Amino acid sequence: MRAPLPAGRALGAPLLARDFEPTIFEFSEPGRHAASFRTTDLPAWQADELVPEAFRQSGAVALPQVSERDLVSHFTRLTHRQYSVDLGAYPLGSCTMKYNPKAADAGACLPGFTAVHPAAPASCTQGWLELLVELEEALCEITGMHAATLQPAAGAAGELTGLLLMSAYHEANGESARRRRVIIPDSAHGTNPASVTLSGYEVATVGTNARGGVDLGALRALLDDDVAGIMLTNPSTLGLFEEDIVAIAQAVHDIGGLLYYDGANLNAILGIVRPGDMGFDIVHLNVHKTFATPHGGGGPGAGPVAVCSKLARFLPGPRPTRGHNGFELTMPESSIGRVHSWHGNAVVLLRAWMYLRLNGGDGLKRVSEIAVLNANWFKERLRGTYDIAYDRPVMHECVVSAQSLHHDVGLSALDVAKRLMELGFHPPTVYFPLIVEEALMVEPTETESPQTLAALADAFLQVARESREAGNADDAKAAPRTTPVGRVDDARAARKLVVTFDQRAD
Amino acid sequence: MSAPFVAHTDAEIAEMLGFLGLDDLDGLFGEIPEALRLRRGLDLPMAMSEPDVAWRLDELASRNRPCGRDLVCFAGAGAYDHEIPAVVKAVASRSEFVTAYTPYQPEVSQGVLQAIFEYQTMIARLSGLDVANASLYDGAASLVEAVNLAVVAAGERRVLCSKGVHPHWRRQLETFSRGSGNEIDLVPLSGGVTAWEEVADVGPFGAVVVAAPNYLGCLEDLAAARSLADRVGARLVVCFDPVSAGLLRTPGSLGADVVVGEGQPFGTALSFGGPYLGLFACRLADVRRIPGRIVGETVDIEGRHAYVMTLRAREQDIRRERASSNVCTNQTLMAVTAAVHLSWLGPQGLREVALRCARATRYTREALSSIAGVKLMTTAPILREFAVRTPIAPETLIERLVEDGYLAGVPVREGFEGTEYEGGLLVAATEKRTRAEIDGFAAAFEKAVR
Repeated sequence: MRAPLPAGRALGAPLLARDFEPTIFEFSEPGRHAASFRTTDLPAWQADELVPEAFRQSGAVALPQVSERDLVSHFTRLTHRQYSVDLGAYPLGSCTMKYNPKAADAGACLPGFTAVHPAAPASCTQGWLELLVELEEALCEITGMHAATLQPAAGAAGELTGLLLMSAYHEANGESARRRRVIIPDSAHGTNPASVTLSGYEVATVGTNARGGVDLGALRALLDDDVAGIMLTNPSTLGLFEEDIVAIAQAVHDIGGLLYYDGANLNAILGIVRPGDMGFDIVHLNVHKTFATPHGGGGPGAGPVAVCSKLARFLPGPRPTRGHNGFELTMPESSIGRVHSWHGNAVVLLRAWMYLRLNGGDGLKRVSEIAVLNANWFKERLRGTYDIAYDRPVMHECVVSAQSLHHDVGLSALDVAKRLMELGFHPPTVYFPLIVEEALMVEPTETESPQTLAALADAFLQVARESREAGNADDAKAAPRTTPVGRVDDARAARKLVVTFDQRAD
Repeated sequence: MSAPFVAHTDAEIAEMLGFLGLDDLDGLFGEIPEALRLRRGLDLPMAMSEPDVAWRLDELASRNRPCGRDLVCFAGAGAYDHEIPAVVKAVASRSEFVTAYTPYQPEVSQGVLQAIFEYQTMIARLSGLDVANASLYDGAASLVEAVNLAVVAAGERRVLCSKGVHPHWRRQLETFSRGSGNEIDLVPLSGGVTAWEEVADVGPFGAVVVAAPNYLGCLEDLAAARSLADRVGARLVVCFDPVSAGLLRTPGSLGADVVVGEGQPFGTALSFGGPYLGLFACRLADVRRIPGRIVGETVDIEGRHAYVMTLRAREQDIRRERASSNVCTNQTLMAVTAAVHLSWLGPQGLREVALRCARATRYTREALSSIAGVKLMTTAPILREFAVRTPIAPETLIERLVEDGYLAGVPVREGFEGTEYEGGLLVAATEKRTRAEIDGFAAAFEKAVR
C-alpha cells in the first residue's frame, strides 16, 4: 500500500478563510428582481377582481429583492463554507457518508420521472410503478423479508411506521391492551425511544454486557407478556455484531413479541447475513446511508420498511404492485393507512434502484466486505493511542475513546473533532453511543481508498501525539482556526434565541 | 468480484488483511454465527455498467407520461406544475449542499446552516408567524407534527379537523393517531367551505385544523376558525398554500398558532410525489415544542457571526423517549431549494405567480363551466384550484383526455365518500398555462364529456 496522500481531505479553500457572508436579506434592494414568466395571452385580471377584499393581502411578502447574479454568488459563497462528501472523507459514525454516484444524479433529473404527477392515473405511471416494485423486491431479498412499504421518508419515519405495524399485529391478535412495552438497548439511536413514545408504547431499556452485546440475563428478566417487541440495531451502534441474536430472537418470540431491526447499520452485512434470517420481523432501511443516495445537508432520505409475511397485510398503502394489466396501486387489506402524502420520496428511491443495479448482488457483498475491512484496519491503526471501547473485531464502524487522553492531558473527544477539522477532515460522530465515555464513532465506509484511510488515521494519531508531547491539550482546544468560523458558542444560541433574521437585535 | 465505487486493489486488500492477521475477507465476519450466514449470492439482477443502467432507466421513463408539451397539466391536489427557473437547479445541485449531512459540526457547516437560517426567515414571513423549523418530510408530516405540538401544549388529545384538509393528510393524521392517541373529529363542508356552525361540542379540544385554501380550492374564513378555536380552548392549525400566500393575508395575521404547508411549488418538480418539503411555522411561545431541526444565530469564540443547530435539548438524540418528535433526517435540500426559488421570485415575483395562477384558474373555470353538463361544485371564492361535476366519471374523463394530451385533474374520491363532493374533478391551472393550452383543453374536455 502506498503512503497516505493528501487526498481525502479539504484544507483551506474552498473552506474560505474567515470572511463574513451577510444574509441574503442584507443584499436586498427595493425594486430589484430576478423573476420572469411565460407569455400566456390570458386576460390581465387584477387582484381585486380575483380575490375578495376580506382575504386579500394589501402588500407583498417581504422576500429578498436581489439580482440573479447576486443570488448565485451569495449561495455559491455559502457552499464555500461547507464541508461535504465530495470534498473529502466524512467518517461520521452511524451516518454512512459514502460516495454518492453521479450516475444517480443524472437519473434523478430525467423528466420522464421528475415531471410525473403523483395523482396521474396508473396508465401514465407504469415506469415509476415498475421501478418501485423492482426496488421493493430487491430490498426484500437483501433483508430476507416478504414485502415492503416505500412510503416512509426517512429512517425515523420508518421506525414509527414499523412500530405501528407491530401495534396493528398485536391488535389483530387481541393483545394490544396488555402489550405496552418495547425494549431498547441503552446503546440505541435516540430516534428509537422517541419513536416508541410516538407509537404509544413505553420504553423499557436493557443494558449492555461486558462484551458490548445485549445483556441477555437482563433481557430475559424484562420479557413478560406485556412486551410488544424489541428494537435492535445489528451490528449495534458500537459497531459490534450481536453474538446472541439467535437466543434473543428465540426469547422474544417465545413471549409473543416481535423483533424490529433498525437498518442504520445495514452497510455492514449486505449479502453476508440477513435480518430475516436472524429472526427479525420488521426492518427499516436508510437508503441514504446504505444505498448511497446523497444526504442533502440533512435530507431528503428514504426509510422503507420491510416485513415478514404475517405482517404484510398491515402495510401502509396504497402500494405499487404487479397487477393483471400492468402495475397498479393497491391497498393492503388491513392497512394502517398512509404514512406519506404520496408514494414516498420517489426520486430518492430511484437513486437507490440505480445503485443496486450498478452494484448487483456480488457488488453489494463487496461493499460490505470493504466497509468492514476499512473499519477494522482503522481501529487497529489507532490501537495503543486511543482506547478501544469493546475490544472485539468490529463491523462497518468502530467506537474508540479519548478517555485516557482526556484523563492524562485533557484532550476531549470534542477537541479531537475540532483539531481534525484543521487537518482537513470532517470529524467522526462524538459522544455517541452514550454508554462510552469520550466516544469517537468512526465509520470510514468502503468508498474511502486505503490512502485516504491511512491519512485519516494519521490525523487521529497526530492529534493525540501533539497533546501528549505538549503535556496538555491547549493547542487542540484552540481549534479549529482554519475554518470559516472558530468554535461556535452553542449555549449562547439557545440562551439568546435568534432563529430568523427578523429577531436579530443589531 | 468487484464493486464500482470501491477503490481497493487486490494487492491492497491482501495487505490490509495481513495487517489484521486475516487470510481472507470472510475472516472479517467470524463473529457472525455460521448458521445465520447467507451462503449463496443475493438473488438480484447482475451488476450493470453505468450506460447500461442509464439505458434501462430511460426505458422505464418511456413508460411514464410526464407532464409537459405532450401532457399539459391541469392536475393539482397538493402537487403543482410550476415553473422551475434554471438558477434554482444550478444552485441547489451544488455538491456542497447535496453531499453534506446534518450540520452537527457547525465550524465546517456554515453554508448549510446559514441557508437554513435564511429559509426559516422566509417561511416565518410567508406564514405570518414568528419562527419556522428547518423542514419536515412533506405537508402531511408537518400537519401530524403540528397536531402533536398543539395537543401536548393544550394537554387535550381531541382534535377538530375540517374535511377541507387534504384527504391524504387526514389519512396520515389518522394513521399516526393510532400511536399518539389523538382523537380526530371531522367537521363537514357546506358549499365548499367548513361548516364550523355544525360543531356543537364545546370541547375542550387541543387543536382546530383548517386548510386555507382547502382541498376543493375554496378560501376559508380563518376568523371563524379562530373564534371556534378560542371557544373550545384549542390552538389553531392552518394548512396554507405558500403560493396563494402571494395574494392572501397571512394565516398568522388572521390568528393561526401553527402554520403548515407543502413547499413543493418552490423549485421542486412533481417527482411522482417526493421528495417534497414540509413547511412548519409557529409562535415564539411554542418554539421549545417545535419538531425537527432549527438553526439559530450566535457567535464564535472570537465574536464572529455564526450559525448553529439550536434548542437541541428538545431533540431525540438528547432527550430520547421524552423528545418533542422523532425527526432526525428531514428535507434540508428541498428547503435550500425553496430559499433559492423564493429569493429569485422576490415579493413581486411571488405575488405575480399567485396572480397568474388565479387568472389561469379563473379562465379555465369559466371555460369548463360553460360546457353543457359540467357544473361547478362550490360557490365559495377560489384562487388556484376548483372542483367540477362532470357527466361521466372523472376517472374515465381523465383517461380520455390523456389521449388528447391533457392531464385533466384529480378525481375527488378518498376522504369524501358519501358526500356531495364524491365523484367530482379537481382542476388546477398554474402560471405556466397559456390561453392556447386552456382553450385546447376546454375543447377536448367538451368532446370527451359529450
